[in-house]
Amino acid sequence: MDALSEIRNVRSEPRVGLREWFKLSPARQREARWGLLFISPWLIGFLLFYLVPMIASFIFSLMDFTLSAPEDARFNGLDNWRRMLFEDPNTWQSLGVTLKFALVSLPIGMGSAFLLAVLLNSKFLVGRSFFRTLFYAPSLIPGIASILIWAQVLNNSTGWVNRFIELFGITAIGPSGLRWLDDPNLIYIAYTFIGLWGIGNAMLINLAGLQGVPTELYEAAEIDGAGWWSRLRRITIPMVSPVIFYNLILSVVGLLQYFITPFVLNQGNGYPEGATRFYMINFYKQAFNFQNMGYGAALAWLMFIIALVITIALFISGRYWVYYAGEQK
Amino acid sequence: MAALTTDLHIAKQRRRLLNQAAITFLALFLLSVFLMPLGYGLVTSLKSQSQASDARAPILPTAVVTYTYEGETYDVFEVPYEGGVGKWALIRRGRANSDFIDTENPEAGLITWEGNWRALNQVREPSVEWSNYPRAWEQINFPRLLGNTLMYAGITLAGTLVASSMVAYGFARFRFPFKNLLFIILVSTIILPPQATLIPTYAFFVTTLGWGGTWLPLIVPQMFGNAYNVFLLRQYFMTIPREIEEAATVDGAGPFRIFISVILPQAAPALTAVALFHFFFAWNDFFGPLIYLAGNRSANPITVGLTEFNGLYNTEPQLILAASVISMVLPLAIFFMAQRVFIQGIVVTGVDK
Repeated sequence: MDALSEIRNVRSEPRVGLREWFKLSPARQREARWGLLFISPWLIGFLLFYLVPMIASFIFSLMDFTLSAPEDARFNGLDNWRRMLFEDPNTWQSLGVTLKFALVSLPIGMGSAFLLAVLLNSKFLVGRSFFRTLFYAPSLIPGIASILIWAQVLNNSTGWVNRFIELFGITAIGPSGLRWLDDPNLIYIAYTFIGLWGIGNAMLINLAGLQGVPTELYEAAEIDGAGWWSRLRRITIPMVSPVIFYNLILSVVGLLQYFITPFVLNQGNGYPEGATRFYMINFYKQAFNFQNMGYGAALAWLMFIIALVITIALFISGRYWVYYAGEQK
Repeated sequence: MAALTTDLHIAKQRRRLLNQAAITFLALFLLSVFLMPLGYGLVTSLKSQSQASDARAPILPTAVVTYTYEGETYDVFEVPYEGGVGKWALIRRGRANSDFIDTENPEAGLITWEGNWRALNQVREPSVEWSNYPRAWEQINFPRLLGNTLMYAGITLAGTLVASSMVAYGFARFRFPFKNLLFIILVSTIILPPQATLIPTYAFFVTTLGWGGTWLPLIVPQMFGNAYNVFLLRQYFMTIPREIEEAATVDGAGPFRIFISVILPQAAPALTAVALFHFFFAWNDFFGPLIYLAGNRSANPITVGLTEFNGLYNTEPQLILAASVISMVLPLAIFFMAQRVFIQGIVVTGVDK
C-alpha cells in the first residue's frame, strides 16, 4: 500500500476522540499513554519544526522584516501579499516558467518511468534483474554530479549529443545549431533530459504495481483476442492507476520545488532570458539573497497554498480515474 | 496429427525466441542510451584540458604528438606526399608552403611542403590523464568534504533511526486519541512542500540561536524522526505477528522492553532499508547546507563543495567531471552491494500488494 492509499484505510478504523478516551478502561488508558509516549518524538518535532513555523511564517508574511535589520521589523498588513500577487511581475513570471517546464517534463518523465517499467516487466525480457539494477543505478548518482555531467553532454560544441547529431549531416554545433542550455526554446527539454536519471524510484514503484496485476486478467483478455495495446489500455493502466496517481502527486509537488538544476547551472540568474527563473529560485533570491524574510514568507505560503490546491484537485479528479481494487463504485 | 502439433510447437517456440531477442535488444539499446552520459563523464574526465574543450578532438582521450628538433618542441602533422602520408614535424609555418622535418627520417633535413598547413591533421596518440583524479581530489579538498558529509550522515542516521522506529511502533501497535488524524497529518507532511516552515526556522536558528555556518540547524530537526521513515517502518511493523509480543507480555516485559528486544530485531531488513535511504538523502542534501552553511566554506558537504568547484573551475571541464565521478563512487558501491534490501524498501513504501 502506498502512502496515499493508506490514508483511505486509516479513515475506516474506529475513532478514539478525547471524549471517548476518558471513558476508557484503565488498561486502554495505559495503552494510549504508551502510544503517545512512543510517538512523542515526532509529535514534538512536528510542533517545533512544522506547526509553529507554519504559523510564524504566516505572521512573518504580514511583516516588513529583513534579517539584516531585525529591529526594524514591523507589521504592514497585507502589503507583502498585495505586492506578490499584483505588483511584482516575478511571481507570475516564475509560476509561468514552472508551469511551462511541468508541461514538458511531467509527461516525458512519468511516461518514460511507466514505459520502462512495462519493458522491465515483459515476460520476454532476458536478464530482468540486471536491467532493473542498471536502469535504477543512475538515480543514486548525486544530483549535482549528474547535473554537471549532463550539462557537458549537452554542451553545444564538445557534448556527445550534438556531435552525434552532426553525424547525420545536421548542423548542431555552433551558434546556429542546437544550443541546448542557451536557447529558451530548448532549455526545458534539456532540463527534462537532465532529470531523466532521477526516474528510478517512479520506475520501481510502477514496476511493483505492474507485478501486482493478476495474470488471469491478461489470460482472459488474450482468449477474447485483445491485442497488446488494448490490454495495456484496458487492463494495465486502470489496474496500476493508483500508482500513477501517487507518482503524479509526488511529481507535481516536486516540480513546484524545482531548484537545484537552475541553481547549479546558472546560480539562479534565470539564464537564458529568464527562462529558468523558477518559482523556488525567485523564493530563494527574495528570502536568502535579499534576506527579505517577510516577503519570502508570503512567497512560501503561496507555494504551500498552490500545492495544497493542486493536491486536493488531483484527489477529486482521482475519483474518476483511479481504480482501487475491491472498492464499490 | 502428431506432426502438426510438433510443427505448431516449433513455430511457437521460434516466435518466443524472436520476441525475446527483440525485447532484450530494445532494452540493451535503451540502457546504453540511458548510460551514455556516464560514459561521456568517465572518458572526458581522463582527457587533457585542451582536448576536453576542443570540439573537433577525437572521442577517446588522446594527446597531440610533439617532436623535439634542435632543442625546440614542434607539433607533428599527417602530411600527404608522393610516397604516402608522413608524420612530419612543422618547423616553419607559412601560408603557401611550410618547412617540415620527417620524424622517421630526421637526417633528410628540412622539407618544404607546398600547401596550407592548417588543412593538415595533427598526429595524436592515446594518452590517458590519470592525474586529473588526484588533482580534482586535492583541489576540491575531497577528504574534508567527505568528512563533513559522513559526520552529518552518521549523526542524523543514528537519530532518525531511533526516533522514527519509536514513532512507527507507536502508530503500528497502540490505540490513542486522535491517532487517525495524527497519522493523516504525518503522511501529509511527506507530500506537502516544507518551504512554508523554512523562513521562521531559518530566522530562529540563525538569528536567535546564532547557529548560522554550523551543522546544528541541519542535525537537530532530524533527531525527531522523519515522516517518510516512520511510514516505511510502520508498514513493516504491522506485518510482525502480535503473538510474539503477547508471549513477551506474559513473561512480564513492558512495552519498551518489547520494542527493543522483540520488535527491533524482527525489523532488521526494514531498518537497513531506512538506514540506506537516509544515507543517500544525507549524501545528496543540498538546499539546507546551502542556506545554513553559507559563509563557512570549511563546513561544506560534497554537494555544496561540488557546486562551488563548478563555478571556480569552469574552464577545466575534465576536473569537474573527475570530481563528479569521485562523488558518486561511494553511493554506487553501497547500492550495488545492498541493492536487494534497497529496492525492496522502495517497493514497500511505494506499493506493497
